[in-house]
Amino acid sequence: MTMPFYSSVDQLLRDRSELARKGIARGRSVVVLTYAGGVLFVAENHSTALHKVSEIYDRIGFAAVGRYNEFENLRTGGIRAADVRGYSYDRRDVTGRWLANVYAQTLGSIFIDQQKPFEVEVCVAEVGETAEADQLYRITYDGSITDEPKFVVMGGQTEPISAKLGETFEPGQELADVIAVAVGGLQAGGAPGNGAATEERILGVSALEVAVLERGRPRRSFRRITGAALRELLPAANRGADDAEPEVGGDDAPAASGAEPEA
Amino acid sequence: MDHRSPLDARHPGPLDPFTAPATASFTDYVAATAPHLLPGRATAAQAAAHSAAGLDVPHGTTIVALVCADGVIIAGDRRATSGNVIAQRDIEKVFVTDSYSAVGIAGSAGIALEMVRLFTVDLEHYEKIEGVPLSLDGKANKLAGMVRQNLGAAMQGFVVVPLFVGYDTDAADASKAGRIVTYDPTGGRYDEWLGYHSVGSGSVFAKSSMKKLHDPTNDLARTIRTAVEALYDAADDDTATGGPDTVRRIYPIVVSITAEGAVRRSEEEIAAVVDQVIAGRTEKPGG
Repeated sequence: MTMPFYSSVDQLLRDRSELARKGIARGRSVVVLTYAGGVLFVAENHSTALHKVSEIYDRIGFAAVGRYNEFENLRTGGIRAADVRGYSYDRRDVTGRWLANVYAQTLGSIFIDQQKPFEVEVCVAEVGETAEADQLYRITYDGSITDEPKFVVMGGQTEPISAKLGETFEPGQELADVIAVAVGGLQAGGAPGNGAATEERILGVSALEVAVLERGRPRRSFRRITGAALRELLPAANRGADDAEPEVGGDDAPAASGAEPEA
Repeated sequence: MDHRSPLDARHPGPLDPFTAPATASFTDYVAATAPHLLPGRATAAQAAAHSAAGLDVPHGTTIVALVCADGVIIAGDRRATSGNVIAQRDIEKVFVTDSYSAVGIAGSAGIALEMVRLFTVDLEHYEKIEGVPLSLDGKANKLAGMVRQNLGAAMQGFVVVPLFVGYDTDAADASKAGRIVTYDPTGGRYDEWLGYHSVGSGSVFAKSSMKKLHDPTNDLARTIRTAVEALYDAADDDTATGGPDTVRRIYPIVVSITAEGAVRRSEEEIAAVVDQVIAGRTEKPGG
């Protein structure tokens, strides 16, 4: 019988964290913000079919960054869990706090039990009856969960984006204003892999995935904003901007690319 | 009761039973992981030893559906009966199931309401998982499967007969986009191309009324009036169908589905139509 090499738990978890963090950092970013009428999701996403933002339940939305197959798995799992819960109890009994906990438990046990952790970061947002009741939860690859009061930034260059949003974000803004804030934040981060923005980037309709949880809508509050409707809401400088050559959507980096030595 | 929560300790990860790559159907998923939640199954097993004859459960009565130039409408009376007793005066038997479909139910009310609830969750579930809604025929077939699942209970007397209407957003000809689909208790699915249909105890009278009054090229307002007339005729001759109750202000429930989507018509609007119908019948009781 061969003896396995010994590695300390500490070292093991640190390696997994590093792998997950690097994998996530190579992707494009997503921001989730509250505004007067609910919750706004804005993702830099060149694909119209592979979504980073989606509906989970009546008042709950989901945004994720990282590996598509991994967060898609979490998304469908969340929809199933929410629908079963709502069907066996009542629709009101499906809450953002419950779902965020389920995700945290899942990611936590995957991080400990599996060879490779999920290279994902997830945001669960719930729109409440009033602006004070809106909730944003951030769940990271190791199952850590935080409750964010204003906005969540996930993905690649989160620091320049968070810094920018810290300056420009105010609670209770109107939709067009908060979209301008979100897009301004995303533009402050550079293209994936380039660190901070070296040149001014302008994100147009085809580079953005935008959705809202609208407080005023009865029952299903989730709504995507696409095409002409989105163009009208963007700041003037972004309306004309479009990819000269469409970029590839979906995964930004191969699996476990965090394990590769830095170039 | 074996109730599997998402945090069940038998699974290493709480989402494990939910994350297996599988079907986009909520029903299939629940059947595999929590079958006790599904309607009809427990009833069929428990009822096998007994006949339903001794068990008085509420029955829903008359539903009508009519195609019009803009789409389709479905309407139902508000009565549930249990033998010779009125079980409920204001039961709701017509439901919007998603943006472009609605279902009315006749038969054993408890099982039927549960079936509609499951059907509604299933349509939304598919839409959320897949990112696109089911096609109109996909929805109609899904409901057929649910009726078929209830066959065991139907043999014991708990029959459920839904009436499905929808607006086919993919239809090449917009005037043919409104569709009516009917079912039999074995899950047989039938498209009604003549533009009107009715189910339930008062359906014979409602159909005769619609045969004379209905024209599929009529506009929406005219078609709603025809539906209310048909329900009035059903209530006139069938004891189990409730007529409009102006004393308690209980009126038929009407849902219209057009290119703009499924809308439950407001009580004020239906009250106004009912007043016109009653005024007409006061002049001439036969309509």
